[in-house]
Amino acid sequence: MSACPPPPFPRKGVTMVQPRRMRLPVIGLLLALVLPLPARADRLPLPADAPPSFKAECGSCHLAFPPQLLTAPDWRRVMAGLDRHYGDNASLDEKTRREIEAFLVRHAATRSRLAGAGDPPRLTQTEWFRREHRKVPDALWRDARVSSAANCGACHGRAEAGSFRGRELALPELRKRKHD
Amino acid sequence: MKQVLLVLSLASGLAAAASPQELGAAYAAEAARQAPGFQPSARRGAEFYARRFAVSEKMPACSACHSESPLQPGRHAVTGKAIKPLAPRAEAARFSDPAKVEKWFRRNCTEVVGRECSAAEKADFILFASAAL
Repeated sequence: MSACPPPPFPRKGVTMVQPRRMRLPVIGLLLALVLPLPARADRLPLPADAPPSFKAECGSCHLAFPPQLLTAPDWRRVMAGLDRHYGDNASLDEKTRREIEAFLVRHAATRSRLAGAGDPPRLTQTEWFRREHRKVPDALWRDARVSSAANCGACHGRAEAGSFRGRELALPELRKRKHD
Repeated sequence: MKQVLLVLSLASGLAAAASPQELGAAYAAEAARQAPGFQPSARRGAEFYARRFAVSEKMPACSACHSESPLQPGRHAVTGKAIKPLAPRAEAARFSDPAKVEKWFRRNCTEVVGRECSAAEKADFILFASAAL
């Protein structure tokens, strides 16, 4: 652990010593202090301004991937080629296409670790994604329960809710392993 | 009159709420205009559901993603994402939104069957999925 470079996002802090009888206002105060912190790698909630079309159109065949996981040029590339969408024709009417693209671009990644997703862009190819999943054994990616690296929900039991915390890992063999 | 309205809403892509029975009847009415005397058949729908079109390698048949039975949950053959059952008995929201139903018939028929489905095929399909026990 100590040999590893620091993770790309702040991790959950070392457990604090908690007073035995913590009262609700104290918890509230602590929450207020914690909430404005920058987003963490394992919490990628759907931005509040997501148009309903985003989940409806992008969340049917796969998880409605968090827009924070690809850069704006990559999202534009994805949205410019929906008629050849990873082997499927996922064409949309132009109004919906623009609406979703604008949303994705608004919340797109700006960090270089999230660039370099390839062509066609795959968020599973970014340096960030590969680093986050470096401890996942090859065999698990090929496991019948997983099928595809894009199948976030196969391992991340609360992926639909935008939560990717280690303790929520759905496959028992992953829970034993220290996964981040 | 109701059926005419439904067909109109289907044609114009309006998302009017409907029941599987109303939607199926609207498709059946459209099919009957093309072939007088058409009656939807759950048996034909079942055959269609199970048929291997083999147009798409990964999605050779409806069952490739939707499982062997419309009452069972399915799984996307490429992404692995869970798919809720097709039967309204198992998943109440199925076949209740004409625009959504049209969209998925268009997309999935093109992918799996290699062409758009006819009104007759859609009427049979909805009857089969709705009648599934």
